[in-house]
Amino acid sequence: MENKVIVKGLVKNFGKLEVLKGMDVEVKDGEVVCLIGPSGSGKSTFLRCLNRLESITGGQVIIDGYDITDKNTDINKVRENIGMVFQHFNLFPHKTVMENITMAPVELKKMTQEQADGVGASLLRDVGLAEKADVYPAQLSGGQKQRVAIARALAMHPDIMLFDEPTSALDPEMVGEVLNVMKTLAKQGMTMVVVTHEMGFAREVADRIIFMDGGYIVEEGTPEEVLGNPKEERTINFLNQVL
Amino acid sequence: MNFIQLFTKYAPTFNEALILTLQLTLVSLVCASILGIIFGMFSIAKNKVLNIISSIYIDIIRGTPLIVQVFIMYYGVGMSILKPVFNISWNELGGVFTAGAIALSLNAGAYMAEIVRGGIESVDKGQMEAARSLGLTYGKAMRKVILPQAIRTMLPSIINQFIISLKDTSLISVIGIRELTMNAKMISANESAAVLTVYIIAAVYYLIICTILSKVAKVLERRMSYGK
Repeated sequence: MENKVIVKGLVKNFGKLEVLKGMDVEVKDGEVVCLIGPSGSGKSTFLRCLNRLESITGGQVIIDGYDITDKNTDINKVRENIGMVFQHFNLFPHKTVMENITMAPVELKKMTQEQADGVGASLLRDVGLAEKADVYPAQLSGGQKQRVAIARALAMHPDIMLFDEPTSALDPEMVGEVLNVMKTLAKQGMTMVVVTHEMGFAREVADRIIFMDGGYIVEEGTPEEVLGNPKEERTINFLNQVL
Repeated sequence: MNFIQLFTKYAPTFNEALILTLQLTLVSLVCASILGIIFGMFSIAKNKVLNIISSIYIDIIRGTPLIVQVFIMYYGVGMSILKPVFNISWNELGGVFTAGAIALSLNAGAYMAEIVRGGIESVDKGQMEAARSLGLTYGKAMRKVILPQAIRTMLPSIINQFIISLKDTSLISVIGIRELTMNAKMISANESAAVLTVYIIAAVYYLIICTILSKVAKVLERRMSYGK
């Protein structure tokens, strides 16, 4: 199977602070990888390096065959194929739900407005928000906002979806609706990299779990291996705290 | 002469002066808005040189009185740069109006740059990240996502700057342009018994335009609110 993401020796520094200390990760086509670990371990930074929202200090990141650490790569073109969902949704408050979804496909000339509206309507149906097309984000609940954010990312027909703690800012009763949308997406074969604290979700959906701490990968494997039978002491301690 | 008689007699000159005031304001504000966007962008740019250029410009303008800026532009630049270097005088470039408009534009431009910077910085940085993550370029993300939101926060300050600039045109009278203030000054020279009335007429003119501007601002602000 083709590798969608290849990360070799990724290093990220914030000033003098070394946040990622050499990460090697490969994600196969259609694979769902969950990143878990204590806060400050570098999970989100790692994720944000995959579409270069964070500048990369060292190492190599290859997405869909494009080396995004190469200065000659048009990062905007690569980003069109990487959807990203943020902890705080980051919907555009001055645009309606439908406009949030259709802006990028239309602006980047992937679709006409009519085509984009069609795609938007069908995506909104998929996430169960067909009736919310014309409202503004301020009128939605947190769970609804995050579902719109997922639809917005999917409107670009990405090959890879990145999720940065998508349920951490939600009230508990809204976590389920967002996770369900993500589960459906995973079943459809989307390649996903998910930073999460939802161990239930990771166990059920992930093909592979990566446990990070201190800027390193401490342990990785199937959910049964990492969650069910962890080998490293740091993984065991972490799981004891969260489970 | 009572107020009505005086006003009827001089209304034509006041109306002419009003037009000049409005032209001066309009030209300056258009130029100032462009300067404001450019230097506002400079001040938030990642490039340090652009940051420094913008902060020097803003510091110089904010740290000196407008009237001195007007003198420097009209007399200073006119005599020490235009004449010796380009062998041209302000008269050939549109006269005091041009000199005054440039001075006023540069002045208001610096304040607009600060307003633009503040407006852009008020937008959550997640907005830029979301737009960029979809594949939009920096410029497109600015235009489609950041600026429309920034304008909303900026609007009250922009209108405030418009009002200040409108009133600042009165300072251009020092280089002899017959706008509202200069007009009142010239009339009062002939109507020494009615000096108070003449200046009050000028004041009322300013008051009316400024009031209209603030009302327009209120309407705009209400129109631009979304989904709340």
